[in-house]
Amino acid sequence: MSAFIDYLLVGIATGCTFALLGTGFVAIHRVTRVVNFAQGAFAVLGGFFAETLLSHGLPHGLAEVLAVVAAGGVGLLCGLVALGWGRVPVMASLVITLGLSIIAEAVTLLIWGGTPISYPGLGGRDLVILGAQLQPQYLLLIVVTVVVLAGLAAWFRWTNLGRALTACASNPYAARLVGIDLNRMGLLAFALGGMLGGLAGVLMTPLIPMTYDGDVQLAINGFAAAICGGLVNPVGALVGGLVLGIGEQMVAGYWQASAETGVALVVLLGLLLWQALRERETMS
Amino acid sequence: MSVLAAEGLTRRFGGVVAVDGVSLAVGAGELHAVIGPNGAGKSTLFHLLSGHLRPDAGRVLFQGRPIDRLRPAARARLGIAITFQTTRLFTGMTVLENAMVGGHTRARHDFTAALLRLPAHRREEAELRQHALAALERVGLAGEAGRPAETLPLGQQRALQVARALCGEPRVLLLDEPAAGLRAAERQALAELLRALRQQGRAMLLVEHDVAFVTALADTVTVLDRGRVIAEGPPAAISGDPGVIAAYLGREAPGHADG
Repeated sequence: MSAFIDYLLVGIATGCTFALLGTGFVAIHRVTRVVNFAQGAFAVLGGFFAETLLSHGLPHGLAEVLAVVAAGGVGLLCGLVALGWGRVPVMASLVITLGLSIIAEAVTLLIWGGTPISYPGLGGRDLVILGAQLQPQYLLLIVVTVVVLAGLAAWFRWTNLGRALTACASNPYAARLVGIDLNRMGLLAFALGGMLGGLAGVLMTPLIPMTYDGDVQLAINGFAAAICGGLVNPVGALVGGLVLGIGEQMVAGYWQASAETGVALVVLLGLLLWQALRERETMS
Repeated sequence: MSVLAAEGLTRRFGGVVAVDGVSLAVGAGELHAVIGPNGAGKSTLFHLLSGHLRPDAGRVLFQGRPIDRLRPAARARLGIAITFQTTRLFTGMTVLENAMVGGHTRARHDFTAALLRLPAHRREEAELRQHALAALERVGLAGEAGRPAETLPLGQQRALQVARALCGEPRVLLLDEPAAGLRAAERQALAELLRALRQQGRAMLLVEHDVAFVTALADTVTVLDRGRVIAEGPPAAISGDPGVIAAYLGREAPGHADG
């Protein structure tokens, strides 16, 4: 039983990183209609930034926050290149983000090398929950995700800028009519996506060492989570992330760890099929 | 000085001249209507003024300055608000939120202030909310503030578009066939709202198919036919104009012009 609880809790925590990545996908897609393949790279860079800042003597907390902000900067840069100030067609933007993720991987390898990195997370003794032992960092990951996603939902509804982003997602044509600059909103969405991806990386690196080429697997999981919400619904991304995270942990725990990614891909394929069928139904 | 003016606007689509050398001007506190039979070029003219189409010749002036190079969003920020015949609401947002987005460009405090929940931002948010509620009150939607926008009936969706436009404190309001598809009571309410806005000194240009609606309301009427201005003046003078009667009666049944 304690093994089950253990898999469940770790699954929830990994699900949270998928949810953060997925929300990044959603934040960018609902405003720009671009599926951002560089989303996984934001997480990788977030982890590497944090490790570098910590190794330069910055205190915990500050280093992590700066790493997230820096990942947001990378996201903004990504948006600038991919969107080309609104002159690039969506499909081209999508391919550009794919290219950017490859470049990011190469640059990471060039700067930091191929060795996996990690740094200590939240200290303290392991928590015992229903007989299962859990590192405090897992709990931190869950709490931060919940707080950030709730804050983000509030921000989208109750601030002028958040509302403008929501409006762009709902009806870009009407958004332009009321004077909202869609190009700026697209860049803001990319910056937000960068921060969410960076946050996922910063929080998970103490638990699972980060490698320069970890972005593809992260992106697949985040994308699968985002697809649950049709790429436009952040709540769907959260649910999708949790289901995926828990499912993968169960498979890894009761069957074999190498099947993890396979599960993500099968779930992704199933979701894509389901979405496509549903779309066909609503069209007919 | 006029708030919004067109000078010799011309737009061709292939070999067809949809708008042909049209000039007109709307001043503050003036309700200016553009009418004409189907295919007269009303819609094209509207889109030239809103910035959704570029003219082949001629200029659009806002408070005396040419704005031809500006995109629709930039024109909106200057104070040119637009409502379209087909409603373009933000679905998934409430009526109040829709109106508040209309005031988006007036807000000064943004990203970081909102992130930090600074008092200045909170005050501004409260002001915006008050402003949006007042706009909803004006169009008779105050009671529906919390409702999802897409659940409103058509007439109220139209009204919400006007409220959203008003939230941006526009200098001039462009309305594309606002009365189309409205029931008699809704039409009456719309006419009253437009009159009230005129009293406030708002400039309004309305493109309308419905001659009766326009003649009861407008200060000045411009009649288009086949892209050209064939008459302009107060409604009383226009309705007796032989050229106007010929343009309407010559091409379609008289009853039809009312739809």
